[in-house]
Amino acid sequence: MTAPLPEALDPREAAIAGQPPVRRRPGPSLVVGAAIVGLVVVLALVSFVWTPHDPTLVNAGARLRDVGDPEYWLGSDKFGRDVLSQILVGARTTLFVGVVAVGVAGLLGVPLGVVAAMAPRWLGEPLMRGMDLLLAFPALLLAIMFSAVYGGSTLVAMVAIGIATVPSFARLVRSGALQVLSSEYVLAARAAGRSAWGIGLKHVLPNVSSLVIVQASVAFAIAVLAEAALSFLGYGTPPPTPSWGRMLQESQELLFSAPRLAFVPGSAIALAVLGFNLLGDGLRDRYDPRLEDRR
Amino acid sequence: MLLHLVRRTAVLLASLAVSSALVFGFMVLLPGDPARVALGVNASEEAVGRLRTEFGLDRPIVEQYVSWVSGLLRLDLGRSYVSQVEIAPQILDRLQVTLWLVGCAMVLAVVVAVPVGTLMALHHRRVSGLVLSAVAQVGVAVPAFLAGILLITVFAVRLGWLPANGWTPPNEDPVQFLRQLVLPGLSLGLVQGAVLTRYVRSSVLDVQREDYIRTARAKGLGPFRALWRHGFRNAAIPVVTVLALQLSTLLIGAVVVERVFVIPGLGSLLLDQVSNRDLVFVQDIVMLLVLAVLLVNFVVDVLYVVIDPRLRVGRP
Repeated sequence: MTAPLPEALDPREAAIAGQPPVRRRPGPSLVVGAAIVGLVVVLALVSFVWTPHDPTLVNAGARLRDVGDPEYWLGSDKFGRDVLSQILVGARTTLFVGVVAVGVAGLLGVPLGVVAAMAPRWLGEPLMRGMDLLLAFPALLLAIMFSAVYGGSTLVAMVAIGIATVPSFARLVRSGALQVLSSEYVLAARAAGRSAWGIGLKHVLPNVSSLVIVQASVAFAIAVLAEAALSFLGYGTPPPTPSWGRMLQESQELLFSAPRLAFVPGSAIALAVLGFNLLGDGLRDRYDPRLEDRR
Repeated sequence: MLLHLVRRTAVLLASLAVSSALVFGFMVLLPGDPARVALGVNASEEAVGRLRTEFGLDRPIVEQYVSWVSGLLRLDLGRSYVSQVEIAPQILDRLQVTLWLVGCAMVLAVVVAVPVGTLMALHHRRVSGLVLSAVAQVGVAVPAFLAGILLITVFAVRLGWLPANGWTPPNEDPVQFLRQLVLPGLSLGLVQGAVLTRYVRSSVLDVQREDYIRTARAKGLGPFRALWRHGFRNAAIPVVTVLALQLSTLLIGAVVVERVFVIPGLGSLLLDQVSNRDLVFVQDIVMLLVLAVLLVNFVVDVLYVVIDPRLRVGRP
């Protein structure tokens, strides 16, 4: 009797085992997603060294210029501020919020997930129940609650979005860790006398890292959406710092006369979210070939 | 089945107890005295003191919590610190509006997602399936408020077919009610539909690989009939779960969409009270939203067993 093959084989191992090698070339999702995310990062980096105008400069003489204006390429808003400059600096805001929110979520969620998987039942079970409970508080609701008490700010938004995203990391990492813990090399490590800490750090964490990276990309998309929604409601990034969500909110009163003011930041938000979602999907396909057909 | 129900009910009650303590603790234990916050920085010490006594804020925290929870159980939410009005009737009034919106969005999402997702799964190796997947992927990336703004620019500004905003109760003018419900319902529903479509697709794809579908096809059933007779109930389980999880997204998405379309729903009420700094009111609305999410999760957990009889025998 042959033992069942472990899933997700390395291509070389698979070839040795007589299975067709798993195709590992990057799929279209990964390429397009990485390109879009790269573009957003470049926009944000460019904004540090160059913007066509000062994004916060009010210029009464240049109000509501149309897209394609020789001076204001993407037009200007009702205060005469340059839309392109605001988009560039807004990319910075978006990425900053995303990095901090996902950082908070990962730093709390990953250890929680590993602990929940390795801890005895009396500790692991309540931990996961707590995570389930936290799911009843979506990012936006938490952020609005925080804002009710502390007032709206970028920091409040980032922390609230981060905390709301903790359960998704914790649950994913826990299920990944449980799989690792049932593997033979963990059994071997146990037999060799390695401590629980050692197993957690040496075996579990490296083996769930790909799950974490995929989840980080997906969580980033959620953070971008939540930041945009919060800024749209006036609880996110406070003025004058440019933010895509607030640009959209400010455009709303001019929807009848200048809908382009909504299209530009709207497209930026949608594109960024699309990029991170695609990147997440692409990474998942790459790390987990079993899912290849499903997406 | 009974054991399952009892366990789920216990989990629900425990979750409600913990989350009510969390919401209460969050609003009460944080820096700042609610009475001071409600009256503003310039209020006199006496006025703040009077308000504290009137609303029992000088009582011990535990006593305040117990009186708040027992009020919730009697559906007596008390009065607002700021405007002094009864909270419960206001919330009930606004809740109806939000439920119309969320209900409409949910129906739309299912109506779009189930056929489109199934088609995507059955055509997943063809161009049509890929195109639909790409469209769904873009749909997922568009936040509801952006969809709302885009729909307004097209259908209200350009074409002038539908009103850009506002709300009319259905019993006042049913036609106007429907006209005003279309755009907000669409903006909330289409985006959720796009998310749901992807789950329907992967769920149907999973089921397609099962032996019983192959057997059904071998018996001579066509792909649709085999799926309809044997696959749908199996594919429905993950989809129903996602649908339930989406309810919290929809409720909270409604907050933003209500802002876009100037709809007097629960979300607008929540945001108004946040800007009024009326913490008790905010606390009540948040608790209601959390209650709604927990209740739906409970119903789904119970529904699993109805959808999938196998769960009745196996693990409770």
